[in-house]
Amino acid sequence: MADFLSFSHISKTYPGVKALSDVSFGVGKGSVHGLIGENGAGKSTLIRILSGDTGADDGEISVDGVAQHFGSTRDAFAAGVVVVHQELQLVPELTVAENLRLGRFPNRAGVIDFRSLKDEVNRRLKEIGLSVDADTKVSRLSLGERQMIEIAKAIMLDARVIALDEPTSSLSSQESEVLFQLIGELRASGKVIIYISHRLDEIFRLCDGCTVLRDGKLAAHHPAMADVTRESLVAEMVGREISDIWGWRGRPAGEVRLKVEVMSGAKLPRPIDFEARAGEIVGFFGLVGSGRSELMRLVYGADPRRSGKVSIDGVESSGANPRRSIREGLVLCSEDRKFDGIVQGLSVAENIVISARRHFSPFGLLSLRREADTAADFIKQLRIRTPSAKQDIVNLSGGNQQKVLLARWLAESGVKVLIVDEPTRGIDVGAKAEIYELLYHLAEKGLAIVVVSSELPEVMGISDRVIVMCEGRIAARYERAEFNEHAILASALPDRTAGEPNKKAS
Amino acid sequence: MAFLKRLLLGEQGLLVIFVIAFAVVSVFVPSFLTERNMLGLFQSVVTIGIVSCTMMFCLASRDFDLSVGSIVAFTGMVAVMASNASGSIVIGLIAALACGTFVGFVNGAIIAKLKINALITTLATMQIVRGLALISSDGRAVGINDPGFYQLALSRFIGIPTPIWIMVALFCVFGFVLNRSVFGRNTLAIGGNPEASRLAGVNVDGMRIWIFTIQGLVCAVAGILLASRITSGQPNAATGLELSAISACVLGGVSLAGGRAAMTGVIVGVLILGIAENAMNLLNIQAFYQYLVRGLILLLAVLLDNVRSTGLGRK
Ligand SMILES: Nc1ncnc2c1ncn2[C@@H]1O[C@H](COP(=O)(O)OP(=O)(O)OP(=O)(O)O)[C@@H](O)[C@H]1O
Ligand SMILES: [Mg+2]
Repeated sequence: MADFLSFSHISKTYPGVKALSDVSFGVGKGSVHGLIGENGAGKSTLIRILSGDTGADDGEISVDGVAQHFGSTRDAFAAGVVVVHQELQLVPELTVAENLRLGRFPNRAGVIDFRSLKDEVNRRLKEIGLSVDADTKVSRLSLGERQMIEIAKAIMLDARVIALDEPTSSLSSQESEVLFQLIGELRASGKVIIYISHRLDEIFRLCDGCTVLRDGKLAAHHPAMADVTRESLVAEMVGREISDIWGWRGRPAGEVRLKVEVMSGAKLPRPIDFEARAGEIVGFFGLVGSGRSELMRLVYGADPRRSGKVSIDGVESSGANPRRSIREGLVLCSEDRKFDGIVQGLSVAENIVISARRHFSPFGLLSLRREADTAADFIKQLRIRTPSAKQDIVNLSGGNQQKVLLARWLAESGVKVLIVDEPTRGIDVGAKAEIYELLYHLAEKGLAIVVVSSELPEVMGISDRVIVMCEGRIAARYERAEFNEHAILASALPDRTAGEPNKKAS
Repeated sequence: MAFLKRLLLGEQGLLVIFVIAFAVVSVFVPSFLTERNMLGLFQSVVTIGIVSCTMMFCLASRDFDLSVGSIVAFTGMVAVMASNASGSIVIGLIAALACGTFVGFVNGAIIAKLKINALITTLATMQIVRGLALISSDGRAVGINDPGFYQLALSRFIGIPTPIWIMVALFCVFGFVLNRSVFGRNTLAIGGNPEASRLAGVNVDGMRIWIFTIQGLVCAVAGILLASRITSGQPNAATGLELSAISACVLGGVSLAGGRAAMTGVIVGVLILGIAENAMNLLNIQAFYQYLVRGLILLLAVLLDNVRSTGLGRK
């Protein structure tokens, strides 16, 4: 069978980085093809070239036997190629309907026909199983819902080739199910789907074949998944074997370090209490929209509280804002990397030292040497892939940006409580294992660690204790000995009989 | 060709254009490259130069300040009237600096604490402060009683007038603050992503207030020097200064979307505006045309910047 979509000899160089070199492979019609590789391996770059967003230095893409030269995303749309990018690209102040039809509004003589726009969008959303109203502003949706809207956008464009760059990284498992079903239908209707993910179980479940990139080169191409194992894929990606990704090891828990009492806020009206001990890793599990991130933001002082008290080592914290919390030793690594995490336009080094620099800036004067050393240390320690510490952070691959954000708090001295919200979102297997190792190490040093995650295996794999949230309250607590996948999942579901995953109390 | 492209589109592009413009003007405009004219040129950009220092911080943190022209006029008035009334120049200067700082503080506090858009806030204070200047002087220029006041602008140090020294000193100070202090780096961080900066522990509200307060103080310095040079307090002085200062910054590569700024760029921006005006004066071109030329220069600079950033970002 001739390949419907084929890449031949694609190369791309950025200043200081060879992002892709001589990558060639093809994908047949009506199939789902996985694209995997470590952070910075060049997956997103390849997809950006496919979408017409950037040009390749060399090489050619052909669709249905026709060589394509995409000068822009519009060209790609015209050829039936649509890409859902890793960093969501919706306009937050517009409604769902407007976003879905941006640039292609139904109109009469230039006047937008809002009625038919709304009706059409609502119908389409229903078709693909999304219970979001067309009139909702995107800024009011959760990350997971936004992701689904992006995918809906691609489907509405009647694409022949759809590339999804880490689509499930911000979806709950229920939402992922809906997406997988959708992908199955798209495949059945003869579309080509390129599927990028760091979650290998998804690759095995969904894909008909897969391609592994390493350091911008083609490391392996499997037209079928029959002869492929999880271990062999990991080895191809990382270049070495990883046996136990969680690597959990027990450690004694000490005194209570973090105590949160009657915490409530605008989006979390019911007061919540919980605590974490020194040396303990507490996992927070729940569906997207269950209030985990909101709770952590309240604890950190990022959003105004209605009520609530945070004590660190038995001392009541005065921290009702992030700056004070940091000074008292409580830090939060937020889930939304693009809006709450990275500071665009600043270098990797600046992003790492933005908070820690106050420790080595006497009278507010920078110590450029210390800053450079600190940055270089963490770039090395976390193996952040960047041509130099001076690189603008927006040019880093998604996973590497995440590592920079972790480095920001590792560079802080005097941290007692570390809260990480989706710490491994978009991070490759090898780096994941390293980050878990880092968390164990910090816990052994006596930090109390709170991990928020939507990945149940991750929560169960690394936590000493799990707290499950559901609809803005704590639904259950489990000690490690009692961990049970079904029980945890069941307590996370709002209504155990009616399993409608996307339903959200608003 | 490729070399030329790299030369113009690189970091140093503006500087290259500046050097070329300077050389061209020196050759074609008679009596441009004389000591007298050079000092005149520098003196003519003192007000814009000084105000641009802090305007740069404002823009870099994604804010705006339209009230600078009014503050310059108002503080000039205050300096003259207070020293006339008290008989002491020092008291006049202190009063002017205090007034400028106060207006800046009010700007900052409203913007940071009440979360009102900087454009609107400073549009309001721009008119209020201009109104204060007009009311206090009854709309007329106020002469300086003590001739010592003139000395501020007339005195020289190694042959160069004091205001130029002050401008240069402020260039150095603010260049240092931008590049070598936590304050400067935090300013850029706020401009890059205010919410992420706040969550990373930057005191965003506090920074905003400081930036505007310092802007007020620096405007007062410019106001005093201007009053001394024109030997009176003029309630209508420095109209349109806000736009010139913003132009100089944008020319110098400061991004209006925040997060990007460089002192050297701003200095070059200020000088380009100064040279254009100076050359046109020497060539006896009507003042009306100068607006046209200034607008064109600004447009060109922005286009260059646009070409440069897309040229680097994409293939
Ligand atoms: N605009 C850019 N300028 C400079 N370098 C870039 C740019 N975009 C990507 N890169 C570099 O190209 C390399 C490949 O990046 P890419 O985003 O394709 O990785 P990825 O495989 O998608 O990784 P991840 O799993 O982390 O998303 C990285 O080293 C990255 O730093
Ligand atoms: Mg990527």
